[in-house]
Amino acid sequence: MKEGNLPMNDILEDDIKEENNVDWYEEVKEASSRSITQKPGKNWWLLLTFLSLVVLAGFGAWIYQLKHGLASAGYNDQAFWAVYIANVIAFIGVSYGGAVISAILRITGQSWRAPLTRISEGMALVTVLIGGAFIVPHLGRPDRILNILVYPNVSSPLFWDCIAISTYILATMVFFYLPLIPDMAIMNKWLGDRNTKAKKRIYSVLSLSWMGSEKQRKLLHKVLTIVSLLIIPLAVSVHSVLSWAFALTSRPGWMESVFPPYFVIAALYSGTALVIVTVAAFRKGYKLEKYITNRHFERLGYLMAALGLVYAYLTFADLASEGYTGITSGWISQTLTGSYAIPFWIYVFAGEIVPILLVAFKKTRNATGMTVAGVGVVISLWIKRIVIVLPPATQPLVSGAWGSYHFTWVSITITLAGVSAIPLMLMVLFRFIPLMSLDEMEEVGPIGSIEQISTKTLNVIRKEKTSKTLDVEMKELVMSAKDSIK
Amino acid sequence: MNDSVNRRKFLKVIGVSAAGVAAAGAGVELISYRAYADNGSNGMGNGNGESGVSGMSAAAMANTSSSPTHQWAMVIDLRNCDGCGSCTAACQKAHYLTEDQKWIQVFDMKDTVGNEYFMPRPCMQCENPPCLHVCPVHATFRTDQGVVLVNQGRCIGCRMCMAACPYEARYFNWKSGVNYPKLSVSPTPEFPVPQRLGTVGKCTFCVGNLNSGLLSECAAGCPMGVIYNGDMVTDVAVNGMGTTVKLSKFLYDNDAITYKTDQNTHPRVWYIEGHGQDLDSDTGAAQ
Repeated sequence: MKEGNLPMNDILEDDIKEENNVDWYEEVKEASSRSITQKPGKNWWLLLTFLSLVVLAGFGAWIYQLKHGLASAGYNDQAFWAVYIANVIAFIGVSYGGAVISAILRITGQSWRAPLTRISEGMALVTVLIGGAFIVPHLGRPDRILNILVYPNVSSPLFWDCIAISTYILATMVFFYLPLIPDMAIMNKWLGDRNTKAKKRIYSVLSLSWMGSEKQRKLLHKVLTIVSLLIIPLAVSVHSVLSWAFALTSRPGWMESVFPPYFVIAALYSGTALVIVTVAAFRKGYKLEKYITNRHFERLGYLMAALGLVYAYLTFADLASEGYTGITSGWISQTLTGSYAIPFWIYVFAGEIVPILLVAFKKTRNATGMTVAGVGVVISLWIKRIVIVLPPATQPLVSGAWGSYHFTWVSITITLAGVSAIPLMLMVLFRFIPLMSLDEMEEVGPIGSIEQISTKTLNVIRKEKTSKTLDVEMKELVMSAKDSIK
Repeated sequence: MNDSVNRRKFLKVIGVSAAGVAAAGAGVELISYRAYADNGSNGMGNGNGESGVSGMSAAAMANTSSSPTHQWAMVIDLRNCDGCGSCTAACQKAHYLTEDQKWIQVFDMKDTVGNEYFMPRPCMQCENPPCLHVCPVHATFRTDQGVVLVNQGRCIGCRMCMAACPYEARYFNWKSGVNYPKLSVSPTPEFPVPQRLGTVGKCTFCVGNLNSGLLSECAAGCPMGVIYNGDMVTDVAVNGMGTTVKLSKFLYDNDAITYKTDQNTHPRVWYIEGHGQDLDSDTGAAQ
């Protein structure tokens, strides 16, 4: 966003001069902590119960699969990799989107990111945990999973996967926690008596005795920048390595040099879409329309559409060379016109054409339109992963017929359990933490959280505010610290 | 499949091929089967300097005192295969496999002029096995006799090896409830019976049989004498009909080939083509 897009500079100036900020910030605190302070309603409990039941059913199905073997999930020798590995890619993919969107917007100083970062980082954390967990049903002998550490074969792409995914999970946790530090202190103070003892304890431990001093802020800002910078190449490496589990075999359709960027872009694309969907859900659930506006959805929509176009291009590039020369083992015709044609064209329609049109038309470029587009992209990118995995896996390499994979109740239940675990974990998570990053919201102010404000302007705001309020805040914090010692 | 037949390099001299393997296989990790057996479940080589057979020709192997006494190989004479599937049946019976698990599978193939022929496909026992490189836990290893085996006691069931194998030679244990006989011995990599649920299995060359002077089950079960068990050290190959040939001469005289040479796998299984071709041979092929 350019500076020129600002409504009017003098409004901004007025805003800084007036102490409106303080009221607004109080409102932000109230809105962000709705998930914590408000007693969950009937619908919340109903949804929680339903999602928990689906997750429990998934565990049940997994136990059944353990007992009866992977055949119960539809696997066979010609469909040796199928839905679970597609789930691993899809879930870790959306996680990557959440983290990198947040990281890129943070490094590039996009001030409007402020109300979105917490929800997208929370989504990233939750989905990477679920995606990692999908490795367990994928394995024939999950009880021996630690053999990867006991007898590691460093030449195996799966060993690299293991290292990359676990590093990435750790990084996502750190990336989620760092901006939470000041918020924990702020929430602790702000909630005051309304807080339960246990929560107070958790908050004060997690806040690492944050006082909001200049030194602490500078340090946190520095660390956040470093982690934001780190998480981008880290996530690129995770998805490249994931793609090499396919691309380093000799199977036509998998041994494609386009695979690493193909996987990375798919992750970003589906991740941005799920950020939109998650943000929309929490915005509606906790009535955050004042802070998360159509402008946010519009910008995220642009981002999603751009990534969608790159992904469409890579999909075309993947099919082009073998499709043109005709030197193909048949996976292309299977994909375009054969057994996988319906899922493939669903992806083209619901995962590319419709979402891009929804972004293109001004009328649909709003919260509702973008949410519809996001849902379409998330679902069709999961379908696309199935289409990437199955045709090359089921192709005959020696002679004979194509193999096939059929979904069974086991694999469907376990997959749905993973899907349900996303909202379930987010609902529980946000019972304890604020919905928006309070610290960032305060930093960017009411206009910055909607429009784009340059870092320079932000610094001016920060300086004025710091000199005015820091002394007062420090005193209050010291007093509350003394109280808690008593 | 058929165009790859054209591109196959015909094996003219074993020594030449082995020299090529030497270059390609220099970095290949070989795990001595003896070290495996001595160290129990570890499965790692003891690093006694056995650089393995890949770098040596059969003749050189025979002259080296520290080398193993056998280098197992297989010759499949396609001229005589009528696709009866006896080899598959014998293998499945001996290893108590399910119907889907065809460690040696007979494929219907078409040659360049469209004629049908049959091709039994065991594990190729590659000297440069892709399955071995991708296994994250070293559950697949290669013995100093040149046989690629799976330690089903360690396999985590990730199936990366099935993705990597260009010959579809690996079969997973997908189902529980397979009825196995009560055996007094526990499964070993060389005789993995009973199969373990959730792990991968494949042809072992019946290396236990070979080492005790018996033929592999498929070779013994073939009524046409198609399958020869060979030893590159003593340079002898024998089929189920008792025909004994000099391995190197047999391969040389019959223009034996390996399958999917372009995959850089260097199989230990050689095929002698014949269907649709007039390969009249006087080298002692089964009558």
